Amino acid sequence: MLKIVIDGKEVEVEEGLSVLELAEKIGVKIPTLCYHPAVSAYGACRVCIVEVIEKGLSKLTTSCTCPVESGIEVKTNSEKVKKTRKLIVEMLLARCPDAKIIQDLAKQLHVEKTRAPQKNENCILCGLCMRICREIIGVDAIGFANRGHKRKVTTPFEIQSDVCLGCGACAFVCPTGAIKIEDVEDKRKIDMWHTELGKVKCERCGRYFFPESAVEYVKRKSLQDVDGFLKLCPDCRKRVLANKLVCGW
Amino acid sequence: MSKKIASLRELDELRKRGLKSLYPDKPRIMVGMATCGLATGGKKVFEILSKGIEKNGMDAKLIPTGCLGYCQKEPLVDLLRPGWPRIIYQQMDPEKAEKLLDNINQGNIWRENVLAKMEEDEFLIFDEKRKYPSGSEANLNNTPSYQQLPFYKKQLRIATRNCGFINPTNLAEYVARGGYYSLFKVLTQYEPEQVIEEVINSGLRGRGGAGFPTGRKWIYSRQAKGDIKYVICNADEGDPGAYMDRSILEGDPHSILEGMIIGAYAIGAREGYIYVRAEYPLAIERLKEAIHQAQDYGFLGNDILGGRFSFSINISRGAGAFVCGEETALIASIEGRQGEPRPRPPFPAQSGLWGKPTNINNVETWANIPVIIARGADWFSQIGTQRSKGTKVFSLVGKINNTGLVEVPMGITLREIIYDIGGGIPGGKKFKAVQTGGPSGGCVPSWLLNLPVDYEQLTKVGSIMGSGGMIVIDEDTCVVDLARYFLSFLQDESCGKCTSCREGIVWMLEILTRITHGKGEEGDIELLEQIAEVVKNASLCGLGKTAPNSVLTTSLYFKDEYEAHIKDKQCPARVCRDLITYIINEEKCTGCMRCVKECVQEAIVGERRKPHRIIQEKCIKCGICYETCKFDAIKLE
Repeated sequence: MLKIVIDGKEVEVEEGLSVLELAEKIGVKIPTLCYHPAVSAYGACRVCIVEVIEKGLSKLTTSCTCPVESGIEVKTNSEKVKKTRKLIVEMLLARCPDAKIIQDLAKQLHVEKTRAPQKNENCILCGLCMRICREIIGVDAIGFANRGHKRKVTTPFEIQSDVCLGCGACAFVCPTGAIKIEDVEDKRKIDMWHTELGKVKCERCGRYFFPESAVEYVKRKSLQDVDGFLKLCPDCRKRVLANKLVCGW
Repeated sequence: MSKKIASLRELDELRKRGLKSLYPDKPRIMVGMATCGLATGGKKVFEILSKGIEKNGMDAKLIPTGCLGYCQKEPLVDLLRPGWPRIIYQQMDPEKAEKLLDNINQGNIWRENVLAKMEEDEFLIFDEKRKYPSGSEANLNNTPSYQQLPFYKKQLRIATRNCGFINPTNLAEYVARGGYYSLFKVLTQYEPEQVIEEVINSGLRGRGGAGFPTGRKWIYSRQAKGDIKYVICNADEGDPGAYMDRSILEGDPHSILEGMIIGAYAIGAREGYIYVRAEYPLAIERLKEAIHQAQDYGFLGNDILGGRFSFSINISRGAGAFVCGEETALIASIEGRQGEPRPRPPFPAQSGLWGKPTNINNVETWANIPVIIARGADWFSQIGTQRSKGTKVFSLVGKINNTGLVEVPMGITLREIIYDIGGGIPGGKKFKAVQTGGPSGGCVPSWLLNLPVDYEQLTKVGSIMGSGGMIVIDEDTCVVDLARYFLSFLQDESCGKCTSCREGIVWMLEILTRITHGKGEEGDIELLEQIAEVVKNASLCGLGKTAPNSVLTTSLYFKDEYEAHIKDKQCPARVCRDLITYIINEEKCTGCMRCVKECVQEAIVGERRKPHRIIQEKCIKCGICYETCKFDAIKLE
């Protein structure tokens, strides 16, 4: 067990936690944008920044990537932290003025307007889409391209991806809603990934329900023979299963 | 027969061969053919000499060598003749090369274009000096000696000890000057821990920028658990205006290899990487050749020098990202991932390349190692200041008379570097400031010229040692514009991961651009400082943490210049186009029509023999009229 001080309170914790995880555990709120418990911490948005004092030296660091170490003191809301966090949110507000999550965060931190040059982007480059695609889906269809102010998330060579399943995990996890998935009849379009995929038609009701590549991927990964089920849309699947269980046919 | 060296006797044999090559019994002509020499026409000179020697059937040895550091005087050609001191010729061209050959042929000394004579050669590793014959003193009495030239007088060349002295493609010449003797000493007499102790005691600190004690870095890697460990040479020199690493890579590649082999032995690595930028094709070529030769002679590969230690080196080429000089980004790049820093811990010493303990040092750091081993920690630690030991190579560029690479003991003052070595500012202009440490460094103003240069002192005044770039600026440089330039570099070169660095730099750049366009507002300086503070404190890696330095130092030391831009809408250095006006002085204007004809905008009107006038609305402030006027009638306001 490690002993640390967080916001003036002494706490004992097991090893292996990040400062952010510890804070969550004991009910201290730290705002985050690029953090998601399902994937590895990345430390890009810098919103979860805290002050860590170790051996008399104080530094600012992102709580999501900072491991809890014995003897450190953490201040999650010191004047220095507040000032820094506010300015970072001001930068993000200029980048993505229409993103609700940023507007809410700005309000919460009393940032009324931004003085930084306006950009009108939707993406804050948090990299959650990329991490979920790589770490959870296991596909790695997207990544960062370019450097500095030209950085963006895209597919290799910015053309239709060979491997994107169109599963939509990226859109699901995106904090700003920058990734739009468009389902038009038998196609799924993701403009941001320059990708268009054909969808599978439900054998029972005739509705197009999921991208073919995603269904194929599930087939490949799945150990059971679920072929029959994968030809059905989720609604029909439920019905068929219910009928099987209740009526035995 | 195998060339592999396995004993001191064999190494001595090789050294003898190298000495014969260094001091042949016929004329030896050396042409500075590092990138600086090539850029000024060294290759042409080399070709002319080569053809001339062949045509005349001369018995002379022509070899390419590295950079002597005095880049202002390139192309340099050195002539060594039996019975004579070595003579260094400056600013050579094909015509002069032919003249030189003619004189050699006739047994004369060609006295034009002589930069200096070299009376002795120093073999730093052996602590030995080799006197050249004085020749006929009467002939060379008026020639300054190399050691007494102001440019070299205060220099102490440790890392660049062989640059410009040897043929970098000839391993025997490197050995002749003491090369690989330190490796031999380490492998036969030292336990790995003893090597590390020696490096710790020497006080050597990383020359790449941060100045972390090298020995301590080694010990962390040594103590890290794991059978597989790596050493890396960081040769991703990205600072605009800094090129000391390139010079060592091109002029003395074996010194880096030897340093790395010693380091690998100390920490227990069997494999190493040199991460070198693709923009250095000659350096890569020299490295490849050097690695090949070192393998042939048994300095690299299995069972080095007949012992049980094995080590190999690979070259990994960078694709031109400044941020890849940061160690975790560099590792990511070698692994084939995007060059992007990651949080530490874990430090590379615990988990680096492919997750294995890894030790990274910069080119100049590695080049120091063989000398530290040979001469001992006590000798090395006598050089420099209390906390910064040894020497540092600086690339002296910008508004300075003697552009070049200078290696000086730590603790030397900026004044000595800029005035004594650099020869001051050209054109009688006034020195304004020096930007140390490249784009991430700060601007040190003229009133701090007596600052002793070491890691701590530079940090204290808001700058950094960095890789050793020194960009000298004079009164004609606008510091606001300078800070703007560095930020525009960093805006493109930040990896873009951290919000604070990516968006913060763009924001600061926007403000500075506004100020230079005459649209600065009250409060801009304070806002700049606020953003700078956040970029510095909240960003992950060294790039972000140092990015605002140029803004912070210029706004601190030259606040009046910022205010002149913002409040008075004036650029005191007369650089920012939107803040200057070209005006014709009617009293001086003779009405020659010259400027009228030259003006591309047709913004100047007037008749012959009557004073002309500039139509300000049309003027784009290109300055052509200013340059063309022979009567000094156009002034800048």
